[in-house]
Amino acid sequence: MLIAQGLACVRGDRLLFKDLGFVLEAGSLLYVLGENGSGKSSLLRMLCGLLTPEQGEILWAGKSIKNHAELYLPNLKYLGHLNGLKDDLTALENLQMGARIAGQDVTATAALAALTAIGIARCANLPVRVLSQGQKRRVALAALWLSRSPLWILDEPFAALDVAATEVLAARISEHLAAGGMTILTSHQDVPIQAKSTVTLSLSA
Amino acid sequence: MNQTWLTVLRRDLLLALRRRSDIATTLFFFVIVSSLFPLGIGPEPAVLSSIAPGVLWVAALLAGMISLSRLFAADSADGSLEQMLLAPQPLAWLVSAKIFAHWLVCGLPVVLLAPLIGLQYAMPNDALWVLVYSLLLGTPTLSLIGAIGAALTLGVRGSGLLVALLVLPLYIPTLIFGAGAVAASAHGMSAEAHLSLLAAVSLLSLVLAPLATAAALRISVE
Repeated sequence: MLIAQGLACVRGDRLLFKDLGFVLEAGSLLYVLGENGSGKSSLLRMLCGLLTPEQGEILWAGKSIKNHAELYLPNLKYLGHLNGLKDDLTALENLQMGARIAGQDVTATAALAALTAIGIARCANLPVRVLSQGQKRRVALAALWLSRSPLWILDEPFAALDVAATEVLAARISEHLAAGGMTILTSHQDVPIQAKSTVTLSLSA
Repeated sequence: MNQTWLTVLRRDLLLALRRRSDIATTLFFFVIVSSLFPLGIGPEPAVLSSIAPGVLWVAALLAGMISLSRLFAADSADGSLEQMLLAPQPLAWLVSAKIFAHWLVCGLPVVLLAPLIGLQYAMPNDALWVLVYSLLLGTPTLSLIGAIGAALTLGVRGSGLLVALLVLPLYIPTLIFGAGAVAASAHGMSAEAHLSLLAAVSLLSLVLAPLATAAALRISVE
């Protein structure tokens, strides 16, 4: 269970939000809405521990994520604006090495299955450099088929995806939630994700 | 734990292998700079062998600097730095794998090439060996301390020059003990004291530099 209490975020000399809090339980989805520049990405980075909140605290299983990062990080899968892919490595290598660095041993077969699931298997052995924006995004998202982390934090996962890939990804997130996982995401489009409970958080600029 | 460390190392080596021009730049720089001195100063063996330790060490030091600003820049730009920060392993541990990869790619080739360049300077055989030892002990320090500078200047415009200004003063002890060891040996004295001090500096930076680098990287992503 992830709990955020009284979070405040200041970027530069601008207060983006304050007194923000929520409780996210197993199987539920947190949908963060807001205009560009309202602090959605900052909030997500804060929830990962990449950004220190100006005020407030974030608890995972009752323990502060700042002081108990070693308990929190193995449970987290974060995908930000940046894909975290190396241009000179192939899609398959990127996926496998990325999973290993996240502490998970992944065979080439499993990685290929993940790429097949999101419909990008034919690019498995191409360097990521030659792929289009949407294809790169799909390679990065394929990691969700390998992830065993209960908490997914996804920043605009549907950006640059076509209709078919959007549906596949929405289905994968629904499956993750049905299995007792948690997902926090931002999106500008309406995506049908099945969840036991959906919490919507609106940030105003 | 080692699995992750090895993966980071393997990834960086693989990337270096696919971008061989980066390795070549460092090596050519070292070869050309150290070859310019005999051409400029003249072929007097006595003069050359007396300036050799200093010149070769300074050339090695500057060659190692060239690639420093790239150490974390690509990781930061493509988001793999974020993913490393969120890995369950301590960041300092993963950073040490990156620094080791940097040394293997930019430091080790210089160590191996140095005796060949030393021959141009009419260095005695013993001194050539001490040159190799001193570089072997000293170049890891250059990568380790350099990594702190690279992490501190991440995301700063014109970071290449700033890294040099930050890091070069910190290289002074390594330079003094490294070049001192070779000079002592060339004059027929024992290089042991210098080499011991060089090893001490290396060990100290081996312990502290990854921690300092990790702390600087954390600040840079905020």
